Amino acid sequence: MAAAPITAPPLKPYPVIPILEVGAMAGTKSFPANAQIQEALGFPGELVEDWHDKAIDKLGELLGKYRSLKVYLDACVHCGACTDKCHYFLGTGDPKNMPVARQDLLRKVYRRHFTWSGKWFPKLVGAEDLTKEVLDDWYSYFHQCSECRRCSVFCPYGIDTAEITMAAREVMDTIGLGTKYTNEIIGKVHKVGNNLGLPPAALQDTLSSIEEDLKEETGQDIRLPVNEKGAEVLLVTPSADFFAEPHVYSLMGYAKVFHAAGISWTLSTHASEAANFGMFIGNYGQMQKIATRVRESILDLGARRLVVGECGHAWRAAYSFWNTLIGPFDFLDPNYPVPQHICELTYDLIQRGAIAFDKSANDKYVVTFHDSCNVARASRMGNLPGGQFEIPRAIIRAVANKFVEMYPDSIREKTFCCGGGGGILTDDLMDVRVKGALPRMEALQAVVDSDGVNFMAMICAICKAQFTKVVPYYKFNMSMVGGVHQLVGNAIRLGPK
Amino acid sequence: MAAIEVNGKSYEVDEEGYLVNLAEWNEDVGKLLAEGEKIEMTPSHWEVVNFLRDYYNEFQIAPAVRVLTKAIGKKLGPEKGNSQYLYELFPYGPAKQACKIAGLPKPTGCI
Repeated sequence: MAAAPITAPPLKPYPVIPILEVGAMAGTKSFPANAQIQEALGFPGELVEDWHDKAIDKLGELLGKYRSLKVYLDACVHCGACTDKCHYFLGTGDPKNMPVARQDLLRKVYRRHFTWSGKWFPKLVGAEDLTKEVLDDWYSYFHQCSECRRCSVFCPYGIDTAEITMAAREVMDTIGLGTKYTNEIIGKVHKVGNNLGLPPAALQDTLSSIEEDLKEETGQDIRLPVNEKGAEVLLVTPSADFFAEPHVYSLMGYAKVFHAAGISWTLSTHASEAANFGMFIGNYGQMQKIATRVRESILDLGARRLVVGECGHAWRAAYSFWNTLIGPFDFLDPNYPVPQHICELTYDLIQRGAIAFDKSANDKYVVTFHDSCNVARASRMGNLPGGQFEIPRAIIRAVANKFVEMYPDSIREKTFCCGGGGGILTDDLMDVRVKGALPRMEALQAVVDSDGVNFMAMICAICKAQFTKVVPYYKFNMSMVGGVHQLVGNAIRLGPK
Repeated sequence: MAAIEVNGKSYEVDEEGYLVNLAEWNEDVGKLLAEGEKIEMTPSHWEVVNFLRDYYNEFQIAPAVRVLTKAIGKKLGPEKGNSQYLYELFPYGPAKQACKIAGLPKPTGCI
């Protein structure tokens, strides 16, 4: 395995625009998906012979379908406001990781083929042909974007750069160029039901084992029910919650909340995954197919409420897309949001006094909160603007005594991506992931130094997996990383033992 | 596709060095895969690897980290039944590194 050396840039007291390193990350490429993986999703198994014409045709089709894409490709005036807002640019110094430059890899081809001036005077307007070299750049740099949309917050035209990355990936899949990481996982969701490939029997065994642990810890019969017909709530959560640490502590936290509040709930083996990687590759058909399992499960189990666990992009898919993909949900209980985030559910119970906490249980922690990109910039919670920022923080304040914010330009709508989102949470891109985490690590270091922060809470499985892997490169301990419901689980009162 | 060679026999591995056909696995293959990970196999390492293989045979997937730590704690003593101990054995993460040595496919997803 010819792995690139993985290096972490030095932490600085505040973000500094790096000295440009042209082409520094050009050779960093995610493993391509093999023919078997590609064909299982209906994509060509390898780069097709007439890839150039097919790619241009597909781009034309997307432009016809998505007016937004055309607007985004036309509207950029190269003002430069986005250049230093991308964590991958800040971490790598590669100018093609400036959001404007990354978009221009597609925009220059768009201009060449779809604008009058680009057809007749390409050199004057920065229009270029789609050569093999350009395609190579697409593959490298559109997989060094986590579709986190921080740059879009600063764009005076509001260009949604993630949509451009998604379009580029969709064009590439159409001509046979997909990544192993995303596309193998999507195949597993169709075949087994979740990203991990955790079969129903293994899921049930894992859940029983966790029930045993909860009994030992609390002395109470806290259940993790699966496929229980007639339960009030169907919980759809990332499969990492069953499998990995620290994810599983949040799962135990959800179980304790349901137990303490007396809400009957169930998981489903059919929809044993909240994630929807169809979004990452910009493929609406895949997104819909993945989401359909959720509708099938809730109809089959007869649940009246639909709740989503701690997963960032899944909450975007659920909040912003489920209604059109798999709705309407008129058969669900209208007294609750559909779908409802687990944080909304817990917050509501706290507001109503239905659950209580011993905050001292978290006194060993000085907590900060990392806003996950898709929750922060692509969704909402509660019935007030900014609820997606306030509700998780309100929960943390209710369950822990010591809470500290990182600096304002690194949180809320300006949050920095963890560095592993958007379908690049793979070992072959570890160097990109480590470098992309730099701005978040700098913000974290500042509150570690000033306030002794020793726990960074979050509500996303990708963020949790990414940070546990990359924080050691920055000399932090991986036990600093955990979920909001991990803190909830530590502090919740469950009655006498 | 790449391959590794043990005792004159060639074994196919994927881009990341995971054994393609897990039925072909034997201890010598495990040892060579461990060398590639710069891990010296001790009896404790083999406990983990053997548990992974048994679990995989039953469930067609590696065990969750929590299930693994509990099993190891039962076998090797409660002070070793935690993920910190597993990370000491397999510094890049028990799920991925120990699976590779055990000849199992790499767990995928948000882990």
